[in-house]
Amino acid sequence: MTVILSIILLTTDHRSHYLDNFRSALSVIIYPIQVLVDLPSSFDRSLTETILSYEDVASENNKLKQQQLIAKAKLLKFAALEKENIRLRAVLENSFKLGEQFLIAELLSVKLAPFEHIVLVNKGTRFGVHQKQPVLDVYGVVGQVIRALPFSSEIMLITDPSHAIPVQVNRNGLHTIAVGSGQLNRLNLPFLPNNADIKPGDLLITSGLGSTFPHGYPVAVVDTFEPQPDKPFANIYATPKAALDRNRELLIVWSDSAPIPLTTPEIPETNPTISDDPIP
Amino acid sequence: MTLYPRNNYGYFVLSIILAMILRILPLPTSLDTINPDWVLLVLLYWVMITPERFGVVNAWTIGLLVDVLTGRLLGQYALAYALACYVCIKLKRLRNYALLQQSLLIFLILFLSQAMLFWTENIQSPTAFQIAFWLPVITGTVCWPIVSAIFHSLRLLR
Repeated sequence: MTVILSIILLTTDHRSHYLDNFRSALSVIIYPIQVLVDLPSSFDRSLTETILSYEDVASENNKLKQQQLIAKAKLLKFAALEKENIRLRAVLENSFKLGEQFLIAELLSVKLAPFEHIVLVNKGTRFGVHQKQPVLDVYGVVGQVIRALPFSSEIMLITDPSHAIPVQVNRNGLHTIAVGSGQLNRLNLPFLPNNADIKPGDLLITSGLGSTFPHGYPVAVVDTFEPQPDKPFANIYATPKAALDRNRELLIVWSDSAPIPLTTPEIPETNPTISDDPIP
Repeated sequence: MTLYPRNNYGYFVLSIILAMILRILPLPTSLDTINPDWVLLVLLYWVMITPERFGVVNAWTIGLLVDVLTGRLLGQYALAYALACYVCIKLKRLRNYALLQQSLLIFLILFLSQAMLFWTENIQSPTAFQIAFWLPVITGTVCWPIVSAIFHSLRLLR
């Protein structure tokens, strides 16, 4: 009887979302265990925070202040550039995506299953997290939310063997897909021909296709490019930019906000010569 | 089993929670791939010792919790655990066997459970056959004498 019940459960969970609430309810029972496992490492962290010497804190504070100053100065320029970008896009009659919203989530140090790069963070649907949200850290794209539970959510890293992310070479806009390799420091680019314009050191950014990841976040840097004359596709490997195994704070992104409607009265009707031009 | 006190349900829950903690403990990759299925080992021990108290439904419920714990499809571990415990109950004399024979049968039960997991995992997303996937079966068998020895000593203490 239990066998039949399990098979029914398996198929319904595989094909539909009816069981999401049931899973959420069970996860509430499970969550204390996961927190318990995380306890030693979080305790270790809080301990090092408590016994830091005053000089260390002061010097770190100083450093952070300087960093913030530099970042602020860069942002000044960025604001101007953003305005300019919106103006230029208005000329092209293109809509501009609104900025994203972030939520900082902390990693729980638990290991869910071997062979899978899925991590658990301590923010869930109670904070409005939902499935398919992109997750970043300060260096680049980390992955996406694959399951949001009340108190926690499961995040699949971009290096998981079953994860693929649409990317673009920053230098020339070449589109391709980066597939996880199962190793934390490597992504595969299996769908580029031998004569593709790509070389080691190229930065890969999210292309915004597939509408899961917003456009323009750094993903990885191309590592090796080995043309294979006897095969249709080249061997290309890239190293993720994000510190996938050295980070505790992750940013969960809300990106599906409505684009800003652009109504610029002084711009005349569409010039066919402009719209026919392919945008590089 | 007169050696057991009547209300051993608390011990059962405690041991299952401990096994779950061991299950999701973050380990180095080399150890992680051979981390045995502690929950199933503990479950099998309880089912072997007191089959009249902890049956298949019990195992199924625990399996469901492990499904949520490890982020599987609901029912994968439930199915595997229910089948494993069913076999364990059917082998009524398992607890009277010598440790070596016991370990051999435990190996078969663990293999059955892992095979169920492999099958259900393949329905979800076809994966290549990897030797490493089956290593927990062997380490689980190696850990079985340890688990049963720990439980035996705890029983003598009480």
